[in-house]
Parts: sequence; structure tokens; C-alpha cells
Amino acid sequence: MFTAQNYVMASSLEEAYTFNQKKANAILGGGCFLRLSKKRIHTLIDLSALSLDKIEEFDEEFRIGAMVTLRDVETNDALRASFGDGFYEMVRHIVGVQFRNCATIGGSLAARFGFSDILTFLLALDCEVELAHAGRMPLCEYAAMKPDRDVLACLYVKKNGRRAVYQTVRQTKTDIPVLACAVSVLNGEYRAVVGARPARAMAVSFDPADPDWISKTVNAFSFGSNMRASEEYRRHLAVVLLTRAYNAIREE
Amino acid sequence: MVVTITVNGTKYTDDISPDLPLLDYVRSKGCLSVKRGCETSNCGLCTVHLDGKPVLSCSVLAVRANGRQVTTLEGLEEEARAFGAFLADEGGEQCGFCSPGFIMNVLAMAHELDDPTDEEIREYLAGNLCRCTGYQSQLRAIRKYLTSKKEG
Ligand SMILES: Cc1cc2nc3c(=O)[nH]c(=O)nc-3n(C[C@H](O)[C@H](O)[C@H](O)COP(=O)(O)OP(=O)(O)OC[C@H]3O[C@@H](n4cnc5c(N)ncnc54)[C@H](O)[C@@H]3O)c2cc1C
Ligand code: FES
Ligand code: FES
Repeated sequence: MFTAQNYVMASSLEEAYTFNQKKANAILGGGCFLRLSKKRIHTLIDLSALSLDKIEEFDEEFRIGAMVTLRDVETNDALRASFGDGFYEMVRHIVGVQFRNCATIGGSLAARFGFSDILTFLLALDCEVELAHAGRMPLCEYAAMKPDRDVLACLYVKKNGRRAVYQTVRQTKTDIPVLACAVSVLNGEYRAVVGARPARAMAVSFDPADPDWISKTVNAFSFGSNMRASEEYRRHLAVVLLTRAYNAIREE
Repeated sequence: MVVTITVNGTKYTDDISPDLPLLDYVRSKGCLSVKRGCETSNCGLCTVHLDGKPVLSCSVLAVRANGRQVTTLEGLEEEARAFGAFLADEGGEQCGFCSPGFIMNVLAMAHELDDPTDEEIREYLAGNLCRCTGYQSQLRAIRKYLTSKKEG
């Protein structure tokens, strides 16, 4: 568990950003991951007073505030109407309902975990993030950056008709994934995303008309070994999961 | 930092440290049913209801409960006893460490889900890791409890 001396309820994003420039300070999302650290935090920065706990639907996109919980996106009817089971599949294996009532979208994206189910699925959709300082940028750009000291305000998910299917393999039900894969399609253009390689999720496009599409796609990713699985096993799983996801999307 | 937190219907105002987990706060108010079973936000033993929703009190900071309602097993004695009887009948009761968090999550589920399927029940309770006395006996107890609630 970390220690913290002070606590501020930020009254604006700028204020949160200013506080967050000090390395000794930290933004408090759900605190679920932060609590695993032994950091000595000077000031905890709370974004709870900034109305960032809402999921809003507009004509062309959804806006999901940084303080929206994983459980909120899992059970939201409007997201379900636009993306089917996608958001539910993205988070349903993450620890448990009590945990998902705490952990936030902001903390999940800002930490850019290599094992992230969330980053993997969202990279299959067309998303942007809005940061206090850097403004709006594509999620794929944000995901590739090193963790920085900007404040993530919200996530935008385009309602452009892109369909996505998510697949994961875990050693036990609520463990982090051994491999996470997603396939999506918009106007016949396909995208494959692979995360928990164990490195961070990345997206590539592919053409299923090419008879070698699966080997070419899998070869576009690097894989590694760790305590959960070997590189070879992950590579094998990637073939299986991407093929399954592709077949599921074709059948939809 | 000065906070006002309602625990099981009683309002408390205290000056607390910002890094105090909600778990330790409610225990300091005598809610000793709330247990810490892990250091990794994984076991579910510390489950309490925050404004009616089940959360991990080991991971939520007490400052986050400022102005809100916290309910522990001590505040739901009647419901807990009713469900506990079904658990005992099916041989599904757990140890004193695991029972409170498990029961709190079952009661939250009973409030949140209408007519859950077995798969939905299993998924809702996946965050309570220990099932020493058996998955089947607990599932039977939950089904019978939900049916009895529905029949009033
Ligand atoms: C036991 C455990 C198991 C997990 N299993 C999985 C899994 O299977 N799959 C998966 O995808 N994820 C998993 N996770 C990660 C989890 O889903 C969350 O992503 C994680 O807890 C971070 O969310 P949080 O709200 O708790 O953030 P916090 O812990 O509060 O914060 C995480 C980091 O992000 C910073 N931060 C928070 N909010 C912002 C913001 N708005 N802007 C900038 N920086 C911010 C914090 O300062 C901190 O450094 C797991 C986590 C734990 C602890
Ligand atoms: S004590 Fe284990 S999840 Fe809270
Ligand atoms: S350790 Fe408590 S019932 Fe399993």
C-alpha cells in the first residue's frame, strides 16, 4: 500500500494537470492498481468533482469520462446497443464485480498495461483520448507513448459502424490474460489487435482475401515469454484467437 | 482531512489520513466483519456496499466515501441471517473470514439482478475467490434463497 500526505479534490482539469506535474503527486483513479505500489505520494489528486463519471452518447461518438468504472461500461445500455457484447466481453474477466465497481477507464488507459484487455479491445474500435494538456489524439498514438504526466479526461469511441470481436485466453478465470486478441471490420477493411504479448497491445490491418493473411498478420507482432506462457505458445494462440475472431465477425 | 461518512445508518465525522483504506475506517467503527484477505485487490473478502454497490474496501480510500453511505454485514443482519440459513442448510457455509464478503456480494447481486441464470450468478461472484465448502452447495443455497425472496 502507498502512503499519501495530502489530498486535493481538483476543481478544474488545469488544476489537476498542474498538481500532476510534480513527480511525488499522483492521480487517484479507482486506486486498485495504485494500492499495489509502495510509493510515498505527496498529494493525491482526485478528479471526482469534474463530472468525468458519465457515459454520453452523441450523433457520431460516445464520450466516456476518465472516472467511469469498468462496471459502468460493462452494463451500459447505449454502449450495448451500438457495440453488442463488446464492452462486456472486454471487462468481464477482470477480477470481479466489486473490483470493476472501483477501477476506472482513465486509470486503465493511462497506465497502458501490457496485459490490458481494455486497451486491446478499444484499439480494435476507432477511439480518441482527450488529455488536459495535449488535447485530443488517437488512442493508438496515446497507447504507444510512455506513461507521462498529462491527465486523461475522457475517451471518445466513434459510432462509425465498425464491428469488433474480442477473444482472450487465461490460465484461470480471473487472472490477467495470457493473450488478448481482437478483430474488427469497417467497409471491408480488417484490423487485428494483439495484446498481452506480453507487451502492450498493437493494431495492424490485414486482407483476408490473401491466403496467407493469418501467418502474415501474426508475424507482424512480436511475442515474448514470461511466467504465464512462452513466446511459442503465445504465437500459436494468436493464430487460433485471431482466426476465431475473424470467423465470428464474418458470421455476424 | 475531515470527512462525514455514514456507516450502517450512523453518521460519523472524522479527521482522517488521505491514505486510509475504507476497510480500516469501518473496522475502527466496530465493523469487524470486514476482513483483509489479500494485498492485491483479488480476494473479495473486504466487500462492503458503497451507496448500495459492492466494492473492495481494501482498495477504496475512506476519503472517497465522504458524504456517502457505507453498509457492512453488521448493517444487514436480517438479510444476512436469512441467506445464512440457506447456506447452512446446503452445507455451503464458509469460515468467519470468508463468509462476510461472500454474503455481502450475494446480497448485492440479489438487489441488482432479476432472475439471474447460474452462469450470471457464477460471474457475479467470481471476485470472491474462496469456495472451500463447495461451489455446488453455495449455488444451490443462492438459488433457493432467490426463489424464497421472490415468493416473499
Ligand atoms: C489484481 C488486479 C488484477 C487485474 N487484472 C486485470 C485484467 O485481467 N485485465 C485488465 O485489462 N486489467 C486488469 N487490471 C487492471 C485494472 O483493470 C485497472 O486498469 C487498474 O486497476 C487501473 O485502474 P484504476 O482506476 O484502479 O487506476 P489507479 O490504480 O487509480 O491508477 C493507475 C495509474 O494511472 C494513473 N491515473 C489514474 N487515472 C488517471 C487519469 N485520469 N489520467 C492520468 N493518469 C491517471 C494513476 O496515477 C496511477 O499511476 C488488474 C488490476 C489489479 C490490481
Ligand atoms: S482484501 Fe482481498 S480484495 Fe480486498
Ligand atoms: S478460507 Fe474461509 S472458507 Fe475457505
